[in-house]
Amino acid sequence: MEKILELKEISKKFGNFQANKNISFDLYKGEILTILGENGAGKSTLMNIITGFYRSDDGEIYVNGKKVTLTSPKDAIKHGIGMVHQHFMLVKNLTVFENLLVALKDKRFIINKNRYANIFLNIFKKFNLNIDLDLPLWKLSIGEQQWIEIIKLLINDCQILILDEPTTLLTPQETEFLFKFLFELKKEGKSIIFISHKIKEVMEVSDRIVILKKGEVVSILNKEDFNENRISHLMVGTVLKNKYDKDVKPSDDLLLEISNLYAKNDKGLADLQDFNLVVRKSEILGIAGISGNGQKALAEVLTGLKDPYKGKISLNGIDITYGTARQKYIHGIAHIPEDRKAMGIAPDLTVEENLILKNFKDKELGGILLNRKNINRYANDLVEKFNIQYGVKNAPVRLLSGGNIQKVIIARELSENPTILVALYPTRGLDIGSQEFIHQTIIEHQKKGMSTIYISEDLDELFKISDRIAVIFRGKNMGYFEPDNVDKKTIGKMMGGIIKDD
Amino acid sequence: MIRIEKRISNSQNLKSLAKFFSFVIGILISLFFLKFLGIGLIDLIKNIYYDAFGSIYSFTELLIKMVPLLICSIGVSFAFKMKLWNIGSEGQLYIGALASSLIAIYIPLNSHYLMIFLMFLAAFIAGGLWSGLAGFLKVKLNVNEIIVTLLMNYIAILIVDYLVYGPLKDPEGFNFPYSKKFTDIAKLSTFGDTRLHTGIVLAIFLLILYYILMEKSVWGYEVRVIGSNPNAARYAGININKNILIIMILSGGVSALAGFTEVSGVLHRLQHSISPGYGYTAIIIAWLSNQNSIGILFSSLFMALIFLAGDTLQLNYQIPISMVNAFQGILLFTLLTGDFFINHKITMKRRKNA
Repeated sequence: MEKILELKEISKKFGNFQANKNISFDLYKGEILTILGENGAGKSTLMNIITGFYRSDDGEIYVNGKKVTLTSPKDAIKHGIGMVHQHFMLVKNLTVFENLLVALKDKRFIINKNRYANIFLNIFKKFNLNIDLDLPLWKLSIGEQQWIEIIKLLINDCQILILDEPTTLLTPQETEFLFKFLFELKKEGKSIIFISHKIKEVMEVSDRIVILKKGEVVSILNKEDFNENRISHLMVGTVLKNKYDKDVKPSDDLLLEISNLYAKNDKGLADLQDFNLVVRKSEILGIAGISGNGQKALAEVLTGLKDPYKGKISLNGIDITYGTARQKYIHGIAHIPEDRKAMGIAPDLTVEENLILKNFKDKELGGILLNRKNINRYANDLVEKFNIQYGVKNAPVRLLSGGNIQKVIIARELSENPTILVALYPTRGLDIGSQEFIHQTIIEHQKKGMSTIYISEDLDELFKISDRIAVIFRGKNMGYFEPDNVDKKTIGKMMGGIIKDD
Repeated sequence: MIRIEKRISNSQNLKSLAKFFSFVIGILISLFFLKFLGIGLIDLIKNIYYDAFGSIYSFTELLIKMVPLLICSIGVSFAFKMKLWNIGSEGQLYIGALASSLIAIYIPLNSHYLMIFLMFLAAFIAGGLWSGLAGFLKVKLNVNEIIVTLLMNYIAILIVDYLVYGPLKDPEGFNFPYSKKFTDIAKLSTFGDTRLHTGIVLAIFLLILYYILMEKSVWGYEVRVIGSNPNAARYAGININKNILIIMILSGGVSALAGFTEVSGVLHRLQHSISPGYGYTAIIIAWLSNQNSIGILFSSLFMALIFLAGDTLQLNYQIPISMVNAFQGILLFTLLTGDFFINHKITMKRRKNA
């Protein structure tokens, strides 16, 4: 097989942080190569170098045997290297046709719509995609939007396609379709670099795997050497579990009851529609669903950030449907918000000041004046207990790493022994070590009697930690499952709105 | 190849050093311009030094200039701490001056302390309501407070102008645009035989109050949380709208007190152009000091020095007051640049050619 891309000794430093160190590997024509690594292992940096966003400090890149210097993404496309970013680079208000046209490199001054439409439609046909060119982009599902991203690369005749965590936002069905699509592309002779940290799907699609750890290549595996435990061991140094062994069972007593709840979003459209949910005492109830199906509204209604317009929420028999964040907190509802930096912390304040955000009105911490001594003692306790690592004292919390910021939030939320925790995508974007820590912390509190509503898109995670799983689709609860008695496919279908599985 | 990178960490020493160098460079650039105007620099520095620190008297003159700057920048800092951009300090100063002048002119009182207290109160309330309006509009209609406070400056200044050119004009004032002189009852007492008035006590008191409220109190903590992240504040159960109103009223009220000390302590009457831009300079001070109380004090003193230097330039060298504004601009520019270098570093690197 011929080499299409060769990386030689690529290194890149940010300040004192070595993001990539002497990375070398080859990509052959017509293969799917996966770059596997934890968050922070240097995957994104490396891809940004290959696509011309960054320039490496050292090292060389060869395309088709010729040395190239890539100074911009445009440059990379010229050499046939294109990338589908995790967050799509599409214009929501333009049509599919317009989005593709924007991406097309060599356009004539006067646009002949039919001519270009034919080019695009031919590609659609080749891969059995059924998309209307005149549809505005926002009407497309996430999966379809991703196809558009890939087609943007194909119309520019890219030979090397880089996909950055393409399955994060997809349902299992959409993922399957994506993989079929990738195999088609492979047959066409395209080379694909696939970035992921989900070991299972990686083993399914790749021909070879490059494992990165702390910016260095630790191993390159061929298909016949794939072994889940071995890969995870190479990646993080631990063996992954499918399910936690919990020595705690949820009680039969009801804790939280949500009945016929309706909530609207900012645009006045229904976010929750006739939503029902029952949570038992000391239970971890997983909520599966593709983001944007009402999860955020559910969390906000429960934590008092948003008012429902119909329905009832009762906690321990007390009606708490309408109440402010503070009242709900007093009732023992804790919340891990979706967007750490935008919701969870005051980024310019110190770690200590962020840790008291929920109970700063307590007598010991202050009444009129802040009691610095008690605050520091209180904060130091939490810092130690949750192993929060931060460099300089009094440094603003925004300088902490994502995992440590999440620890600050969790420490704060769980410190007052809440009766129920509403966790909205609590492990999103965290490395495996931090994920594990968060799971263990939640399970530990389950032992103390805390219930958790664990909202996530990651089915593996939900199966690992939940006692029961409910599926949310278009603001409705589609039903409950026990993780032991159901397979991921069924849940995946329900996440996509298919109710009965025949 | 030149590249700009973010500094991962930076030490306190480096920050102070960078700020200091930025100051020095700003002053050097300013001096450079003055050199072009044909001014002997050594001579000039001597003159400014003499005018600011040459005697007790000259130092008190510096402090007199500092008082309104300090008060206004405390007012502005209250709002900036919450990332509410009250840039209407100048107008609030005028409204405060107007309110205290009306009390001084129209309310016949014999008690000095009662009079001063009423003037103080009138200024605070008037200024508070004045900028509270911007807060109200922001809370109710989500109107941008920057625009409202900025435009209300002109309204305030023109109202005062109208009054001193019209209804309030001193009949015995040879047609100058100023009001009747206050009686001694309405004047702040001074220290010894200098012009330095007790307004400085008020300013220092306000600074201490500011420090306690913002750094030590639970309420100040709430304000800082809102400033840092309104979403997190809402989530922590902090009432944002209520705090916007309180902060705007407080910010405007405090700024208005500068108007009170100016008319009661220095001018002893209401007049056209009470302030050479103290309210605007206060924005720079609040920004430079990062709303830190000690920083506010020193930045105010420094800006007062620049105003004083402006006087020196006018009196001894016949150079217009706008030069002072230019120097402020240059200093702000170098300090901002310095700030950039505190947060970023520039690396030069030759690319190896294979």
